[in-house]
Amino acid sequence: MGVDWESLRRRLGDVFRLEQFRDNLRVVLRATEAPANLLPLLQFLKEEYGFDMLAELGGIDYLGYPGATDRYAVVYGLTNTQTGERVFVKACANDPDPELPSVTSLWRGANWMEREVYDMYGIRFRGHPDLRRILMPAEFQDHPLRKDYPLRGYGERHNFPPLSRAES
Amino acid sequence: MPLTASPLQEEDLAGADREYLYTLNFGPQHPATHTTLRLILTLDGETVVKAVPDIGYLHSGFEKLGEDLDYNQYVTIVDRMNYISPVANEIAWHHVVEKLLGIEITPRCKYIRTILAELARISDHLLCIGAAALDLGALTAFLYAFNQREAVYNIIETASGQRFHPSFTRVGGLAADVGDEWIALVRQFVRQFPKAHADITRLLNRNRIFLDRTRGIGVLTKEDAINFSCSGPVARASGVVRDLRKDEPYLAYKELNSAFKVVCAKEGDCYARYLVRMEEMIESLRIVEAAIENLPAGPVNVDVNEKVVIPDKSAVYRSIEGLIQHFELFMWNRRWETPVNEVYGAHETANGELGFYIVADGTGRPWRARTRPPSFIHFAVFPHLIEGHLISDVPAVLGSLNIIAAELDR
Repeated sequence: MGVDWESLRRRLGDVFRLEQFRDNLRVVLRATEAPANLLPLLQFLKEEYGFDMLAELGGIDYLGYPGATDRYAVVYGLTNTQTGERVFVKACANDPDPELPSVTSLWRGANWMEREVYDMYGIRFRGHPDLRRILMPAEFQDHPLRKDYPLRGYGERHNFPPLSRAES
Repeated sequence: MPLTASPLQEEDLAGADREYLYTLNFGPQHPATHTTLRLILTLDGETVVKAVPDIGYLHSGFEKLGEDLDYNQYVTIVDRMNYISPVANEIAWHHVVEKLLGIEITPRCKYIRTILAELARISDHLLCIGAAALDLGALTAFLYAFNQREAVYNIIETASGQRFHPSFTRVGGLAADVGDEWIALVRQFVRQFPKAHADITRLLNRNRIFLDRTRGIGVLTKEDAINFSCSGPVARASGVVRDLRKDEPYLAYKELNSAFKVVCAKEGDCYARYLVRMEEMIESLRIVEAAIENLPAGPVNVDVNEKVVIPDKSAVYRSIEGLIQHFELFMWNRRWETPVNEVYGAHETANGELGFYIVADGTGRPWRARTRPPSFIHFAVFPHLIEGHLISDVPAVLGSLNIIAAELDR
């Protein structure tokens, strides 16, 4: 009584690029497709194929990656809690001003995970209720997991403004 | 940082008596938060109207480091994520790396990893229950739990030489094989643990104070558990029948499938989460018992000709092939040949689904090593659970979610 993968592949394969690696099936949305198609696609998977849980949401920076066409990607890992099967949706975004629609309307659990992606990659999520930095301090300027942000370096630590007792 | 991490919205204050609203800063250094968690609580008398978690105090760039270290080195960082059960993190990380490289590990390695993962689950649950009880004023259960954690540490130390952060797994196998002494220690643990478990059960299960402070507190419904992406004991205590050990059997769980059951509860409150963890320890012990009695013989690493596993030191010093293989895996410009692709894999660790999303670019270092940390996702549910409860329920709910700040902030 699992997910009907045949019909899912048929219905999605005509429209989007499908990738299979090991046991991961990925639906790839290019940066031109993602803004309009991401939410309807996730809603379709949630409602018609029972992928009711957003198990994973994470960002990737493809700057300099072999064969990459779009710079950023956000991967949505969906799980069907009845059968335990998974499907992945990868939505790409590009500079300048990378932006994707927020999926917090479908899953409340996406709230913090999208905030983390925004914090680390600077991808804005349109329609997110509370898009603030989550791990880095609020006054931090950069997005540390971007590939053009150095692993080693200095300066950031000294930028924290001194806080007086009245302000704290 | 100013105290208003997020401005209070009009709807947050509906029904509350605005005149008496009081802001309380809880943490980041507070005994009941255990680690560096910070909550900004808006109180109406003793009732929590709104809770705003402020995290990131322990953020140390693990994922950025993961892009610089290779597939074996990163295991030392993964150790430090959930430091309550570090072995389980290592096993999960190398499971995903092996999935990426397409390696099938040996049966002996599978069984040893299964035993270690289950012992890690027991020690994690022991800490969670012990610390939750401690926060509610029951010191004895905490001491009983830590006594058993000591036994688990001894087992891990015997296998790897390190108690807390063993870094025991390697791509394609383990750092060392285990000996008879280790097997004897595990058997002894299997024999003596049920008594300690029964002691903790008798101390807490029908304890009037413990019941009053956990029953009906922080209720998470099944729909919310799914909607908030919860996994592990938190989801199972709310009636979500989902366990990756059954749903996507990895390691030796396919062969040991009949040895254990998935523990679930319906209530979804703190007490249900406590009960699920207690019962899971017994199921874990059954897995350990079945695995240690059926431990296969044979090599613990995959064949050295597959060019993924570090060769034995005697082969490195005495044969040219071993020496070449050693340097192939340790020189910066060589290391593993990975497919240019990406893969997600997850393990059912004590806290829930610990997943890794690895993007590989063909070199020996991951392009991206994304972690799916269960603590992060469970802490996001916390404001939803605590709102409307009393301030004294904050430690109870925090303890039942088992938030590990190192994993939360990475």
